[in-house]
Amino acid sequence: MKIVVNGEQREAAESLTVAQLLDTLHLRSEQVAVEINLKILDREDFLNWNLHDGDKIEILSFIGGGSPT
Amino acid sequence: MNQDPLLIAGRTFHSRLWVGTGKYQNFEETRKAIEASGADVVTVAVRRVNITDNKSENLLDYLDPKKYTVLPNTAGCYTVEDAVRYSRLARAAGVSDLVKLEVIGDERTLFPDTAGLIEAAKILIAEGFVVLPYTNDDPIVAKKLVDIGCPAVMPLAAPIGSGLGIRNPYNLKIIMETVNVPVIVDAGVGTASDAALAMEYGADAVLMNTAIAGAKDPLMMATAMRYAVDAGRLAYKAGRIPRKLYATASSPIEGML
Repeated sequence: MKIVVNGEQREAAESLTVAQLLDTLHLRSEQVAVEINLKILDREDFLNWNLHDGDKIEILSFIGGGSPT
Repeated sequence: MNQDPLLIAGRTFHSRLWVGTGKYQNFEETRKAIEASGADVVTVAVRRVNITDNKSENLLDYLDPKKYTVLPNTAGCYTVEDAVRYSRLARAAGVSDLVKLEVIGDERTLFPDTAGLIEAAKILIAEGFVVLPYTNDDPIVAKKLVDIGCPAVMPLAAPIGSGLGIRNPYNLKIIMETVNVPVIVDAGVGTASDAALAMEYGADAVLMNTAIAGAKDPLMMATAMRYAVDAGRLAYKAGRIPRKLYATASSPIEGML
């Protein structure tokens, strides 16, 4: 299936969960927020949330910031 | 200074200098500068993670959660919708309901859109967020933000990153006299004397990023800011002498030949 992760199209295996996706991207679930088709997930749902063809996934985290630049 | 804690929404902070984490060369420099500043509140931004570089590190690995309160901001948000969305993402990415709310009105000045700010604050407070709003040096807006439930206000000293220092000390003083919550002067500080002045005026804390990160020696400036904020706070509490036009001798006349 095709999914879009942070604006980038990717081919993914069927029945991929959010937790598995984070794993393949070497991201730690406790350091990120995940939004799927504009819905923000609870961290507890990462493990069992199945991704679907066409899902638009945003993965965000904290970066250095001020006072913005 | 631990006998003089800062209380906001049931939380206790021991440093009155808060710092941003942007514009540093790397995370190690960020960590060292924060440590030198003595700050226990650090602001961060929320952005897409780098999914192409597996080795990219996370800022959170450099911020001991036992030492620091991470305060996410909504920097870069120009609409109420974006500010609300980023606040929710920040809450999902982190561990607390704290947000430094910014709704930016204009790219050139980065001044807040105060109408949008109040609207976004209302939405987020209803959702249980603890909203610390980055606002203009406008006492009326500050009052409105407190009235809708903000437990502190963060008026600017000058445009973000400008280093101009406090442009309108009288408005800041009016804000401090108008609201019954902590006032944190945010943005525009250029050097140590600016931070000391803000504290001498009666600010409860000062938040800065560029003044430290952009200095030739960020670690040294972080230390300078720490002393400046402490000095300003102590001077405020000690109570300065009144200004007089003419001299008053401090050595006695008595006993002179």
